[in-house]
Amino acid sequence: MRSLTHRRLRGDVPPSHLRLHDLGSEALAGLLQRPGRSALTLLGVMLGIGSFVAIVGIAQTASGQIGKQFNVLQATQAYVFDVGAAQSSAPTVDFPPNADARADRIHGVVAAGVYWSVQFKQAAVSAHASGFLASKRPLPVTAASPGLLDAAGVKLVSGTLFTQFHETNAQDVAVLGESAAAGLGITSLESQPAIFIDGQPFTVIGIIASSQRLPQLDVGVTVPESTALRLWGPPTQEQAQMLIHTTLGAAKVVAEQAPVAIRPDNPALLKGAAAPSAAGLQHNVSTSLNTLFLTLAGIALIVGAVGIANTTLVAVLERAGEIGLRRALGARPRHVGIQFLTESTALGMFGGLIGASLGVLTILAITVYRHWTALLDPRIVIAAPVAGAAVGLLAGLYPALRASLLEPADALRR
Amino acid sequence: MTTGGPPREPVIRLSSVTYTYRGPPPVQALKPTNLVVYRGEHVAITGPSGSGKSTLLNLLGLLDKPTNGTIEIDGIDVGAAPERQRAAVRAHRIGFVFQSFHLMPYRTSIENVMLAQVYADEPRRRRRAAAMSALAQVGLADRAYALPTALSGGERQRVAIARALVNRPSLLMCDEPTGNLDTTTTHELTGLLESLHREGATLLVITHNPVVAGLAQRVIAIRDGELTEQPPQGTPHALPDP
Repeated sequence: MRSLTHRRLRGDVPPSHLRLHDLGSEALAGLLQRPGRSALTLLGVMLGIGSFVAIVGIAQTASGQIGKQFNVLQATQAYVFDVGAAQSSAPTVDFPPNADARADRIHGVVAAGVYWSVQFKQAAVSAHASGFLASKRPLPVTAASPGLLDAAGVKLVSGTLFTQFHETNAQDVAVLGESAAAGLGITSLESQPAIFIDGQPFTVIGIIASSQRLPQLDVGVTVPESTALRLWGPPTQEQAQMLIHTTLGAAKVVAEQAPVAIRPDNPALLKGAAAPSAAGLQHNVSTSLNTLFLTLAGIALIVGAVGIANTTLVAVLERAGEIGLRRALGARPRHVGIQFLTESTALGMFGGLIGASLGVLTILAITVYRHWTALLDPRIVIAAPVAGAAVGLLAGLYPALRASLLEPADALRR
Repeated sequence: MTTGGPPREPVIRLSSVTYTYRGPPPVQALKPTNLVVYRGEHVAITGPSGSGKSTLLNLLGLLDKPTNGTIEIDGIDVGAAPERQRAAVRAHRIGFVFQSFHLMPYRTSIENVMLAQVYADEPRRRRRAAAMSALAQVGLADRAYALPTALSGGERQRVAIARALVNRPSLLMCDEPTGNLDTTTTHELTGLLESLHREGATLLVITHNPVVAGLAQRVIAIRDGELTEQPPQGTPHALPDP
């Protein structure tokens, strides 16, 4: 009897093989023999990867959109602070009455206005002078020059904004934010409604919806600067300041020139500054969004992986007869295992490819609808099929091991 | 009994082979068994259900390992060899024909035949011609591109035989090859097996069917895990020496 050594076997009986091209064609045939099931399995990975790409892309696009808005505001906004009043022992306003007009003369200024918060010891705004309806609300009251409303970019819902006429004559008029008006029970201006601030009646002449640069105007009451000075005097806690809306990129130069233009007699009383950088805020928002969305995408991927593992495992059990046949025809356990692993990896890769495409289409659809600029790191798109293949590979490990461990005699009986 | 001529070459030799299912409880399915099948022989193994036929087939086909004893195929001890070496012998030296055909339903006849060439590492450029030749040998060249679902039972089994033959194995091992066929088709298939035997193939057929068993040169009965050589039943071939 000859003993079977490795050398002798190689000499007499060549070892069985599964060449790479055969592996590819056998795995592909394995996938295509049940196209419906393969498609459904692929669906899990596709949704996972598609969600991943879409979520990351939307997060990046949203972050970019936030950054874009901040950058626009940053580049078109400047402030002038009343540093003289801050150093003065008595309350004062160092902006002259025609500060808006003086600032407007600076090249690059779109609109400018002075404002400050009027402080009361307790809630001061009510809809009625007396009685149970006169309960006062803690609404913020802002004293503002007419130019401030333009500079803040308010949107008028109804009525009108106060003008230089109201300012010059210190009229007792007020402009309400939409939510403040609703809180005070004012829905229409036809009857010339009045409100009471610290017991003083004001005619409501306008309701505004939103203020891009001064959100506090949206929720409170705005009165002319001269009226506030007449009734309550200069600000005592927060000093007056000027908000300047500039053309794109002019904010820094305008901030430098504004103190001289407004108070040429004593520019040191004022200090100009461009809007602070929003980069830090943008980064924080982006990081928070990405962390949240990536977690969700990760969960979606895990669900996809579980799906592919489950289906591949079922396929192994269903194809036991085929596994037995392959073993009888000379396949080694590793040949069987690697074929199933290749099938699951290919499924993952195809799922990743289709999912990435759908993810990109989703991002495009959303950005077109919202008029945003689509942003997506191209590495994500390239990595998606690789990630899908990796998910398929990992998900296929256990089923492939099960397939390779099937005894051929047992497998043939099933 | 001895015959003249050159010494006959054993294809399979079983020496003191036993097989015990581990259980629990352990069951000895095959008692110490000695068996030699010579090149060119046609041997039938018969026996009732549960007698140990399938166990013997799995051992002879290297689909399972014996508990004790040695199994040689073409003089090579493969009973306890590593799976890598047993797979090589299965790929190159043994052709299987199963009762339930085990054809891949989504592949054509020729693709099913070519599957056997994958693991035998037959060069791709030669596969189609060799597969077509094997199909021609079983009379199915004209059905090469038909799916198994479009074939009759007899045709499917002939495709399975072509697949078993395509790598020119030393041994054709048939497990109830007519078990799923009607009488007419069984007759056609036994004719094909006879024809293959006349062309020099070594056949080992496990069967319940006395007609199929009657065509063999040797009939070996198995009962309760023990083999018993039986006298020939009208076979036209001379019984070889033990």
